[in-house]
Amino acid sequence: MTEVALQAVELVRRIEGVVSHTLVNGIDLAVNRGEFVAITGPSGSGKSSLLYLLGLLDAPSEGEIMICGQPTSKLSETERADVRLTKCGFVFQFHFLLPEFTSLDNVLLPMRAAGRMTEGEMRERGLALLGSLGLGEHANKRPNQLSGGQRQRVAIARALANRPEIIVADEPTGALDTASTEQVFSILRDIADQGQTVIVVTHDPALAARADRRIHIVDGKIAEIIGRGEGGRVCEMAS
Amino acid sequence: MKLLFNIAWTHVSARVRQTLVGMAGVAMGVGFTIMMAGLMQGSQIDFLRQLVDTMPHITVDDERRSVPTQPAEQEYAAVQMADIANVGKRPGIKYPESVMSSLRSWIPGDVAPSVGTSAIIDHGGARIGITLTGIDPRREVQVSKLGSQMREGKLDDLSRAPNGIIVGEALAEKLGVKTGNTVLLVGGQGTRLNSTVAGLFRSGLKRVDESQIYSLAGTAQLMMGQSGVVNQLRLRLNDPMSAQKVAAQVEAQTGYRSVSWQEANADLLSTFTVRDFIVLTVMGAMLLTSSFATYNIISTITHEKRQDIAIMKSLGMREYAVRRIFIIESIIIGVVGILFGWILGYLLCYGWSKITIFNPLTGTTVPLQIYYSAMHYVVAGGISLLCCAGAAYFPARKATRVHPVDIIRGAS
Repeated sequence: MTEVALQAVELVRRIEGVVSHTLVNGIDLAVNRGEFVAITGPSGSGKSSLLYLLGLLDAPSEGEIMICGQPTSKLSETERADVRLTKCGFVFQFHFLLPEFTSLDNVLLPMRAAGRMTEGEMRERGLALLGSLGLGEHANKRPNQLSGGQRQRVAIARALANRPEIIVADEPTGALDTASTEQVFSILRDIADQGQTVIVVTHDPALAARADRRIHIVDGKIAEIIGRGEGGRVCEMAS
Repeated sequence: MKLLFNIAWTHVSARVRQTLVGMAGVAMGVGFTIMMAGLMQGSQIDFLRQLVDTMPHITVDDERRSVPTQPAEQEYAAVQMADIANVGKRPGIKYPESVMSSLRSWIPGDVAPSVGTSAIIDHGGARIGITLTGIDPRREVQVSKLGSQMREGKLDDLSRAPNGIIVGEALAEKLGVKTGNTVLLVGGQGTRLNSTVAGLFRSGLKRVDESQIYSLAGTAQLMMGQSGVVNQLRLRLNDPMSAQKVAAQVEAQTGYRSVSWQEANADLLSTFTVRDFIVLTVMGAMLLTSSFATYNIISTITHEKRQDIAIMKSLGMREYAVRRIFIIESIIIGVVGILFGWILGYLLCYGWSKITIFNPLTGTTVPLQIYYSAMHYVVAGGISLLCCAGAAYFPARKATRVHPVDIIRGAS
């Protein structure tokens, strides 16, 4: 039986104002552990908003998100930050690396924030991650000394630093050339194959087609699901 | 904390010019505050030293602070007496030698008798009201600095000159008298006495130097028309600051009004309190103003680093941890600025202490008095550090409250 890494129930995200606007409108979704899910849809359809909700970057107006079976809607902002730190890894369209830090220091950042390892262990893991992504030689370079693809790979290494259950990527190849796009997507595919859950928002249908499941969003609702959609048992919460 | 410090350090070290400006602002504020505190306290202490050196620390008069309770009032609760004169039949302190012996047994200092009266000095047509204090030159050196304040003659010359008097330098100048001249003293009872100027003194306090004359006790008693009377005891303490407390104890023991130098100069000291308040306000404003540079820098950094803040928050760093980064940055700027401020403050104090100014009141040229105190450095540094932390807190709080999604969406 497959473990459910992430589950969304009746998820709604509404922006209140003079004219209220619904970004995500009643989405139910379960993503299994080790599954590679691509979220697609036209611009403004709510796919990024859904991704931010799933990664606990944003809070839903209604509904519930369970990460490894743990409900999150009643968590405080600090508790949500803790879940993000340990359970989620983020990759954005732009690398968003800290410019004054080296590649290694950027990768060490989440580990240092979590404070669960010694400095030696953190450096060892950071170097191993960079090495596994072909960046061993660039560990001491700053972001402005790296190419776009290299920066994005450093961002992926940073996302993997705390061994999160879920990797959330918002158009990670949107600003890359074809070769780098292929490289980054292959890395994400490998991550999923190694048992971590990957949820990617992408505009590229060819890349989406390589995911285990493609969820097409229109007007904040799931319009279509392509691929396997099996339910499963909930994965155990790691402390 | 190491991570936060590392991030903070990268931020400030990447902006050398801005950081140096911030540090310079803090250093200037701290340095000038230390200089001002040293200067103000130095001048105040110098003035008080002059005051304390010139005056007895405690003066016991033959008066009572209030009408003494009458025996009938002590005996019967229903008795209340009014309109009772607060004077003795004969002026003077009763059994002064006995009182002095008793005081010497416990006061931390010494005591000497004196005779205080007022008189008019008449010379060359000029008539000026003065305070005449009759002293015992051998005992006087135990309770005042008069001996060291002599500009001409010696205290012992009082005994050698006929009806000798020692005159304040300013008064002598006003009268046009010199040592050896004879002046006429006119007492309250109409007593007229030709006196010889045996010496001149300068206390440094103009009001004393213009109106005070010393003579032997016997001469003063003669001017009062009361032979053998001692109407003042003058006390000098090892610790002048304890004068108020000792005066209260002396008054309780003797029953005579005992006035400490602080009480005698209460008006003057209260102006010091006002002056201290003004100085503290100005120094606080200086330190606060110096922290504005820090505020500007932290505001700029938080504005430039909005994206980094969003990323750090999205990675799971807590809001207060991110906020702490900017407060650490401010503290780095503050601490380095304070260290330079301490050096600057010391150099300024040293430089000012080399400046001499002419005092038209005393007619002397004296160096600016600077009081060096570690407390000035600690307080200026502490307040400056608090101002820096406060200056960083508000922009940092505002910046870290930003929702990461808003920034990430904006960047995308």
